[in-house]
Amino acid sequence: MRWRRCGEDAALLDCDSLEQLRAAHATVLAARPPGVVDLVPGARSLLVVGGAAAVRALLEAADLTHPPADEPREVTLDVHYDGEDLPLIAADAGVSTDAVVDLHTEAVYTVAFTGFAPGFGYLTGLPPQLQQPRLESPRTRVPAGSAGIAGEFTGVYPRESPGGWRLLGHTSATLFDPHADPPALFAPGDRVRFRSVR
Amino acid sequence: MLDPGRYALVEDLGRPGYAHLGVAPSGALDQASLRLANRLAGNPEAAAGIEALLGGLSVRFTTAVTAAVTGPAVDVRVDGRPVGSHAPLPVRAGQTLTLGTPAAGLRCYLAVSGGIAVEPVLGSRSRDVLSGIGPEPLRAGDVLPLGEPGVPAGADVVVGVPAPGELVVPVTLGPRDDWFDDPAGALVAGWTVTADSNRVGLRLDGTPLRRAVDGELPSEGVVTGAIQVPPSGLPVVFLADHPTTGGYPVAAVVRTAALSALAQARPGTRIRFRPS
Repeated sequence: MRWRRCGEDAALLDCDSLEQLRAAHATVLAARPPGVVDLVPGARSLLVVGGAAAVRALLEAADLTHPPADEPREVTLDVHYDGEDLPLIAADAGVSTDAVVDLHTEAVYTVAFTGFAPGFGYLTGLPPQLQQPRLESPRTRVPAGSAGIAGEFTGVYPRESPGGWRLLGHTSATLFDPHADPPALFAPGDRVRFRSVR
Repeated sequence: MLDPGRYALVEDLGRPGYAHLGVAPSGALDQASLRLANRLAGNPEAAAGIEALLGGLSVRFTTAVTAAVTGPAVDVRVDGRPVGSHAPLPVRAGQTLTLGTPAAGLRCYLAVSGGIAVEPVLGSRSRDVLSGIGPEPLRAGDVLPLGEPGVPAGADVVVGVPAPGELVVPVTLGPRDDWFDDPAGALVAGWTVTADSNRVGLRLDGTPLRRAVDGELPSEGVVTGAIQVPPSGLPVVFLADHPTTGGYPVAAVVRTAALSALAQARPGTRIRFRPS
C-alpha cells in the first residue's frame, strides 16, 4: 500500500487489494483516531480527511492480515424484477430473464463505496455473467428505486436522476432520507442481499 | 424575503462527516466572509447566513436586528439610505435592507443577529445544490426564522475581499500528479474561469494537461479544492458541493485558505496555481 498526499489535512491510501482496503477501513473504523472528519473508501483506496498522521501511524502498526473481526450490517432489499433492460441483460448473459433474477438474488454483495448521489452505494459481488457494460446512451431520467448493474457493480438509484446503468427492476425502499438516522440505507462495508418480490 | 436577487441560498459552515454516505460538505463557498459577517452581527461564526450571488437581495425585517453584509464591497441600503457593507448595521422592525450588485467578485454574505434558524438537515442549514439537501433556494415571500441574538461586534474596521482579475492560488501536488506530464508546469501556466462554474466546481479553460498514464482510475474519494482533470485535460476545481467520489485523477489540491478567493472568481478571472 502507498500513501498519497491529498491537500493539507487529508491523505489517500492506495491499497494493493480489496482485502487490504477492507482491513484498513475496518482497522480505522474500530480505532477512530481523534481528528478524523471523513473516512471515504473508494474502489481501491481509502481517503482520510483530518487526522491523517494518526491514521497512518495506526495502520503502519496494525497487522492488516488480521483485521478487527467485523460483523457487517446486513441489509435485504425487496426488488420487483421488472426492469426495462432485463431482456438485454439476459441476452448478454446468455440465460433466461428468470435465471438473471436467480443470479442477482443468490449473490451476497458488499457496499464497496458510495458516490454519484447521497445514499448511492457501489456494490461488489456481482456474478460474472451480470458484469456488463453501461448503456451506450444513458437515460435522461431513471426513476428513484431503480436497481441496476454496470461493470463490476450493482446498485440502486436513491432518487430520480440521469443514469447509464442497465436496469433490472425497482424497489420501494427508501435509500436515502436526510431526516432519518442513519440517513442512508447503505454504508461502506454493509452486506446486501436482494429478494425478488412480485 | 422581498427579492432574492439572482440566486440566494442559506449557508452555514456545512456538514462535513457524511462523505462516506455520498453527502458533500457544502456550506458557504467564501467561509472567511460568512465568518466575518457573523462576527459583525454578534453571532457565532458558524451561524447560518445568506449567500447572495451578485447581491441584489432585498429583505424586510419584522423585528429589530443587527445585520452585516460582507464579501466584495457592495452598495447596501436601509430604507433607501446608503449604509455601507462590512459594518454592523442596526435595522429597526419594518425597515428594508437592499443589496446592490458588487462591481467585482461574486458572492455577498448577509448575516443577521441570531442567525437564520431554519431546520438543520444532517447538522447543517446549508443548501447543497448538487444533492438538493438543505433549504430550497430563497424566493420572494419566504419568511425566515431567526435564532437568539448575541452581542454585536463594536467598531470592527474591515474591508471587502478583493476580487482581482488574476489570482495566484497555492496548491499541493497530488494525489495523482504522477498521471500527468509536468503537472506543476501545466498548472502554473494560467487558466481562465468559465461561465459553467458553480458551487460544485470551477471549470477552467486553458492549455489542457497531458496524461502520462493511460487507462481508467478506480473511483476514489475527493476533497474540497481537488483539481480534477477529466479526459479533456481541462481541470475542474471542486468547491463545497462537490461529488464525494470521482473517477478522474486529481493532479493537485487547493490550499484551504485560498478557497474563499476562488468563491469570488468571476468567469474570465485568470488563475495560476502555485505548487508548494
